[in-house]
Amino acid sequence: MADISKLESIASQVRRDIVRMVHRVQSGHPGGSLGCTEYFVALYFEILKHNSKNFSMDAVNEDLFFLSNGHISPVFYSVLSRSGYFDVEELNTFRKLNSRLQGHPTTHENLPGVRIASGSLGQGMSVAIGAALSKKLNKDNRLVFSLHGDGEIQEGQIWEAAMFAPHHKVDNLISTIDANGQQIDGKTDDVMALGDIGEKFKTFGWDVMKIQDGNDMAQVVEGLNAAIAKTGKGKPVMIIMNTDMGAGVDFMAGTHKWHGIPPNDEQLENALGQLEETLGDY
Amino acid sequence: MKEYLDQGAKDTRSGFGAGLVELGRNNPKVVTLCADLIGSLKMGDFQKEFPDRFFQVGIAEANMIGIAAGLTIGDKIPFTGTFANFSTGRVYDQIRQSVAYSGKNVKICASHSGLTLGEDGATHQILEDIGLMKMLPGMTVINTCDYNQTKAATLAIADYEGPVYLRFGRPKVPNFTPVDQNFEIGKAVVLSEGTDVSIIATGHLVWKALEAAKALEEKGISAEVVNVHTIKPLDDKTILASAKKTGCVVTAEEHQAYGGLGESVSGLLAREFPAPQEYVAVMDSFGESGTPEQLLEKYGLNAASIIASAEKAIKRKS
Repeated sequence: MADISKLESIASQVRRDIVRMVHRVQSGHPGGSLGCTEYFVALYFEILKHNSKNFSMDAVNEDLFFLSNGHISPVFYSVLSRSGYFDVEELNTFRKLNSRLQGHPTTHENLPGVRIASGSLGQGMSVAIGAALSKKLNKDNRLVFSLHGDGEIQEGQIWEAAMFAPHHKVDNLISTIDANGQQIDGKTDDVMALGDIGEKFKTFGWDVMKIQDGNDMAQVVEGLNAAIAKTGKGKPVMIIMNTDMGAGVDFMAGTHKWHGIPPNDEQLENALGQLEETLGDY
Repeated sequence: MKEYLDQGAKDTRSGFGAGLVELGRNNPKVVTLCADLIGSLKMGDFQKEFPDRFFQVGIAEANMIGIAAGLTIGDKIPFTGTFANFSTGRVYDQIRQSVAYSGKNVKICASHSGLTLGEDGATHQILEDIGLMKMLPGMTVINTCDYNQTKAATLAIADYEGPVYLRFGRPKVPNFTPVDQNFEIGKAVVLSEGTDVSIIATGHLVWKALEAAKALEEKGISAEVVNVHTIKPLDDKTILASAKKTGCVVTAEEHQAYGGLGESVSGLLAREFPAPQEYVAVMDSFGESGTPEQLLEKYGLNAASIIASAEKAIKRKS
């Protein structure tokens, strides 16, 4: 059984990392990062079978994760470092010159834990499918996970990938859509309505499930385990995960306004006051 | 000049198909993907013999490039196949981010490049693909001249670690390079030595360059013919040695002058050895429908153009 309170405690530290990283360099994307914190912590500290100490690009007999909406790099970097891929002190270099922690994740600087560049949206599901096919060819039974923004699925390539995965029975893939209903220019409903995302993927042939509250650690862990139980049955698995953009910091929550702007000094103090330091700040 | 025998016209894309099957048998890491053009890309034999290592992606080239990038994780060597236009311009950002920037070992294989796919017209005749691909950091760009060379290149790129753009075509063209050639990426081939002008050609224009050199010889002009099958990395050494020997250059390619082989050669000459250069290339224009031969003539991509350009380049030598 997962120790939910322990995971919650890690999540609090990850949220501190996120706001401190974007504050320090006065750029980056806190909103989506905060919203997906439970997902990342559950994945890296509970779900994935992975070897963080000895990173291998090919990840034979390991589970794989691909971040398709690369702009939420702060949460990705925090969780990678906190789970042992690299030293947490390196979070200090986020978005700075000569850093391995580029604004958007990349393999180019050989940062352990990153297996594909992302940032230009809509490409990660295809990559995840390719890696899942590679695992099948290698008779490697581990799974491939991918995360996508809900705004991101406005990109056409997502639907090319959505069509391919069921046709080729890529049933070792668990994709998740972060359904926060927000994108840069406002609510997704106003910018470009997505309709019923779950129904869309279902119609394409995916096994679709929901995580009702993606900011409730117990629900996220339970949901990911339920998704794993659905693998190997001929269909790719899709999780529609409702989250609150900016979750965990009251003045950032529930709005697109904190998609891509950093807090000032006063706002940082306010945010940190809401987030317990559990593992020690970097 | 050295004589080359046409061993019988064949299409370069069939050289790709033959190379793929050989790779299938000898290299279990090789997998292939096609976007609804199995027949056009000559990928049918690979598909039949290795159905588990072939992926039909449908008419979805962006997805194909992304899947290919993902397949490299787990140590596969993916070869994608579609027309040159859909292999490059249509999927530029996917190649840029998921393949080139991510440093993935993907082989992007493109048929129907240039004008010589013929009647389909300009929507399908990409003349900018070499430029698009050579601008990407770390991308190797290859344009082969005949069936034998295309087969050899297909085999060679599987042994090379890194992203590659392999460009070939649809029409049957003279097959004149050795059947058992060792294809060395980045190494230009001096096909015929000469002293008055260097004809530096790539792809289908290499045979036209040999035809032109023969006609020039009859006029008393000694032309050196260099087959630059790898546009990036460019074989600076061989090209410079030839330019220094002859003092002027004609570049010939089935591509736009902007962004093509000629531009790469110009850059090299400007940096190392300024010399007169004439371009045989498409001049800032789209193509159109017609037979391959008609199009090559209309757009000046033939032996007659190479001859005229050679004479002009020689005149410009001071």
